[in-house]
Amino acid sequence: MAILIIADHDNTALSDATAKTVTAAHAFGGDVDVLVAGEGAGSVAAEAAKLSGVRKVLHADGAIYKKQLAEAMEALIVPLMDGYDALFAPATTMGKNVTPRIAAKLDVMQISDIIEIKDSATFVRPIYAGNAIMTVSSSDAKKIVTVRGTAFAAASADGSAAIETISAPDAALKSSFVSEEVVKSDRPELTAAKSVVSGGRALGSEDEFQRLIVPLADKLGAAVGASRAAVDAGYAPNDYQVGQTGKIVAPELYVAVGISGAIQHLAGMKDSKIIVAINKDDEAPIFQVADYGLVADLFSAVPELTDAL
Amino acid sequence: MKVLVPVKRVIDYNVKVRVKSDKTGVDLANVKMSMNPFDEISVEEAVRMKEAGTVSEIIVVSVGPQQAQETIRTALAMGADRGILVKTDEMVEPLGVAKILAKIVAEETPDLVILGKQAIDDDSNQTGQMLGAILDWPQGTFASEVKVDGGQFHVTREVDGGLQTVALDGPSIVTVDLRLNEPRYASLPNIMKAKKKPIDMKAPEDYGVDIAPRLSVIEVSEPAVREAGEKVEDVATLVSKLKTAGAI
Repeated sequence: MAILIIADHDNTALSDATAKTVTAAHAFGGDVDVLVAGEGAGSVAAEAAKLSGVRKVLHADGAIYKKQLAEAMEALIVPLMDGYDALFAPATTMGKNVTPRIAAKLDVMQISDIIEIKDSATFVRPIYAGNAIMTVSSSDAKKIVTVRGTAFAAASADGSAAIETISAPDAALKSSFVSEEVVKSDRPELTAAKSVVSGGRALGSEDEFQRLIVPLADKLGAAVGASRAAVDAGYAPNDYQVGQTGKIVAPELYVAVGISGAIQHLAGMKDSKIIVAINKDDEAPIFQVADYGLVADLFSAVPELTDAL
Repeated sequence: MKVLVPVKRVIDYNVKVRVKSDKTGVDLANVKMSMNPFDEISVEEAVRMKEAGTVSEIIVVSVGPQQAQETIRTALAMGADRGILVKTDEMVEPLGVAKILAKIVAEETPDLVILGKQAIDDDSNQTGQMLGAILDWPQGTFASEVKVDGGQFHVTREVDGGLQTVALDGPSIVTVDLRLNEPRYASLPNIMKAKKKPIDMKAPEDYGVDIAPRLSVIEVSEPAVREAGEKVEDVATLVSKLKTAGAI
């Protein structure tokens, strides 16, 4: 069997989610190749070649791959799939955007967000925001899956696969990149961070979010997250959102500040190793999943905690 | 221009989901059902486009059981013009839904198909993208802003690193994210009016596509339950507990 993985990257670095997808592909079993499609992404291809157990890296270079838009990726990957039994992609916004197009073109029902592989046809995935866990078996000849990063460890970087340059097919594309607002940050990436500090609506404003959450995250070397309510209220940008429809995280330490714990938020963080909740509402559902709950006014407790660290 | 809005009937997002004891699925008996929240946002966006004068007709379509008619009526009460119910009691997977929708697109020739980025029941996040591939239409997924600009759609997408804007040429697919808009509640007069709006009744067989499921459910189980830990007295206790646990 041969598996193709779509690498998730920004043309300079490979995402941690890709290394985790490699581990999932090894659990599926077979020869694992990684496709790096980008513009000037040679360093990413080199990084992918080091991932443990990768047979080869396919490197497609072209301006149309710079942002890995779905239509260009579909035109590139569909013909490649003749040589593969399975397509794996990380369940990042890239993977979610691209893989269903390829699945539909190949008449395959994709299996999204897998957390376990039982055998070459059977996969486990959460449904209903993780309130139920479904095991499904696929009758399709080829398997197309996206992989939830928190469920697999990252493959180590001790390999040395060959890099093969592949040419880009001509495709008349009906979509084009216009602009982006990328939040530049020195913090660890939310889904890969060892610690996460998340703020909720109880913070009351963007200023308080910055004043209280950011210094605590700095002390812990943590990534910053937010509940949907805090993002909707404009206290934090959209890419901070942790939950069913935002990012799924499972750090060593998750500190939830002023977050009540709606099931949609819990879906995004309940696999964290240690959960700390700070909330003045004794009855908040977040305390039902917290290892350590502090019933307190966050405006005094958070600065005190930051100082104590 | 004409807009097609696919909607799905799902367990209401406030309902605590229960897994059936025989592990065959989730208990849907006597449970409140509603329109998938993401689809409400897509209906709202279509209605706003109509109010702004860029859209002339909004067609709502649902693939599902007879009761999905209520979901279509909700969309009609919000301001959509007519509905199509592709009635089936079978579970239709995203691939099958996309195939049916592609046939409806061929019949109705909309300029835009706008739908939720995922349904909150199966959390698949596939139907819009699959429809885009089948039709060879461009897509703007996870939209937080949609602008119509001549023959182009400018879609701002919520992506992992922040926001990304793409331009789509010609007929397009947009899947919507939470922050695109806040859906309205239908007013009573509009609910009454919606009762008179037409809903076309169809069956999957009318479209001649293969919608047989490709996945078989082996089992549906409860997730591992996380036990509540302990409440700590104060910040100092919290810090000492975290140190003991090796978390800091």
